[in-house]
Amino acid sequence: MDYAIAALSGVFFVAAIYLLLARSLIRMLLGLALIGNAVNLLILVAGRLTRVVPPIALGHADTPAAGAANPLPQALILTAIVIGFAMFCFLLVLAYRAYQSLEADDTDRMRVAEPRHRPKPPMSY
Amino acid sequence: MTGVLQPSAIATTDWLVILPVILALCGAAVLVVLSSVRDLSWGLAIGVAAAIAIVDVALVLRVLDVGPVAMTMGNWLPPFGISFVADVAGATFALAAAVVVLVLLVYLRMDLPDRARRDGVHPLILLLLAGVSGSFLTGDLFNLYVWFELTLISSFGLMALGGRNIQLDGTVKYGFLNFLATTFFLIALGLIYGLVGTLNMADVIGAAPTANPAALTGIAALLLLAFGMKAAAFPVNAWLPASYHAPPPGISALLAGLLTKVGVYALLRALAMILPGSRDLLDPVLAIAAIGTLLLGPLGALAETNLRRALGFLVIGGIGACLAGLALDGEAGLAGASTYVLHAMLTITALYMLAGLVEAVTGETSTRAMGGLYAAQPLLAVLFFVLVLAVAGVPPFLGFWPKLLLVEAGIGRWSAGADGLALALWIAVLANALLTLIAGTRLWAHVFWRTGREGVEAEAATADLRPLDASQRWFGLGSVAVLTGLVAALGLVPEPLMAFGRLAAAGLLDPAAYIAATGLPEGMP
Repeated sequence: MDYAIAALSGVFFVAAIYLLLARSLIRMLLGLALIGNAVNLLILVAGRLTRVVPPIALGHADTPAAGAANPLPQALILTAIVIGFAMFCFLLVLAYRAYQSLEADDTDRMRVAEPRHRPKPPMSY
Repeated sequence: MTGVLQPSAIATTDWLVILPVILALCGAAVLVVLSSVRDLSWGLAIGVAAAIAIVDVALVLRVLDVGPVAMTMGNWLPPFGISFVADVAGATFALAAAVVVLVLLVYLRMDLPDRARRDGVHPLILLLLAGVSGSFLTGDLFNLYVWFELTLISSFGLMALGGRNIQLDGTVKYGFLNFLATTFFLIALGLIYGLVGTLNMADVIGAAPTANPAALTGIAALLLLAFGMKAAAFPVNAWLPASYHAPPPGISALLAGLLTKVGVYALLRALAMILPGSRDLLDPVLAIAAIGTLLLGPLGALAETNLRRALGFLVIGGIGACLAGLALDGEAGLAGASTYVLHAMLTITALYMLAGLVEAVTGETSTRAMGGLYAAQPLLAVLFFVLVLAVAGVPPFLGFWPKLLLVEAGIGRWSAGADGLALALWIAVLANALLTLIAGTRLWAHVFWRTGREGVEAEAATADLRPLDASQRWFGLGSVAVLTGLVAALGLVPEPLMAFGRLAAAGLLDPAAYIAATGLPEGMP
């Protein structure tokens, strides 16, 4: 199971990097969403996958039964999902607004901050 | 639940560690609630920032007194709870950040449009300070990621506020690349957790020596990429000159003063303190990145005609000096890097603030269209010149001392073992100082010294300079003068700064006190 999830995470990474290398903002956004999920799967595998035994300490026991699932990666992933979703939403709105104002979703054509034909360096002094 | 909870309640003084973050977060929340009362927001923000600065001073004094101070949330014993740990490096950086924010809030009083105030500039600035302080003070790697993201989202907001086309363009590039950098950091976190089973910094230090060294080196390389991207180190620096000149001057001063330094701090923490064993293979990479950053920064500034874009390249050059300190390692190198971070926070912020005043006087952003300011605004000219000398590192100004430490460290390592990289590093630091001096004084000559703007009618005195109005004189020029005065004073009396740098470096090199402060028992897995 670990290997399957790890391989899936790898496939996600490959697809995400491919999308992130695009010039179109929408493809880059999809790449960011995908790479976030790839990392979440990676954290899940990093905590080692164990099934069946829930991580709950029963009765007066201080620790859960042996072989219980690891709850920490799930807490980390939950945090990462929330943060990643907020960032994704912001960037989505930003990309849409940039598309409206700059009439471009191609990063090659977004040259307001760095004009393509910049003046030459000053020649004096 | 014995063995997992703290035996006794947390000492009241230990709350100092978390107080800066609590104050900033609560202050931002109150400001959002009171956003309809516009006249209140500036005063409240100043009050909160001043309170944070005072708490940071108390924290620094306490750290100097008793060594690293730690607090673990929820009364759990580390590594089960999230720890906050303040050592000399973290506490002094947090103090410098609070001072910068305080001065900037005064500066922003100058010409903040009513719209920006309504949209919440002040709460966002406090959130940014919360994120930056949290990054400097946390003792948990995953928590560091959370503070990074908080810093990031508030800087997105600050950069895009106003919504001019250039800001949208800059924010898109800044946003995508920085979010990607934190994602790389998250990948490294997952791998560290998979390898050593903990994310508490002190605990990772203890567990790292027994872990697979090859895997740890890979993780350290990933951290170098992630934090290097945040710090705008060569060759992943492209987002900085694309975005830092886009927002209004005050905002770009804030971002330039604080954000890249958080990346440098994370690099120092991760590579010098947490994973020092993985450095043998990484050192050449680090040295090459440092040399590239050191040289490309000022060269970019030389070729640039947009004033604040040119300053952005000077920021990058400074990052190179910090990386050089990290690559040189040892107490002198790390002390150089830590003092450089403190110096850059103050000096770069002042320089950007001053650039904002220059833009207000000339109404231009390109240095080609500027000129003749020396006659009209002699005080601006003097302040700019002092700051240029401070950035370049001309004695007796502030930038000289960290660079002196770096060159000392480089010569020390080079003469000890005939290490070619150390030789290249200290030569690059000197070359950076020279190139920065050329780029900076050239900017000064163009903006202030020549009589008129460039062009056919060159050398005809510029006629359309606007005088500074009362609020620009008092809030704008006043805050720049105070900050420049601080820079000059710290340069003339460098002993406290150097002492802080040495203590910070010693704390990074020997984390025993840091680990003991978190309350981790020695040798616990």
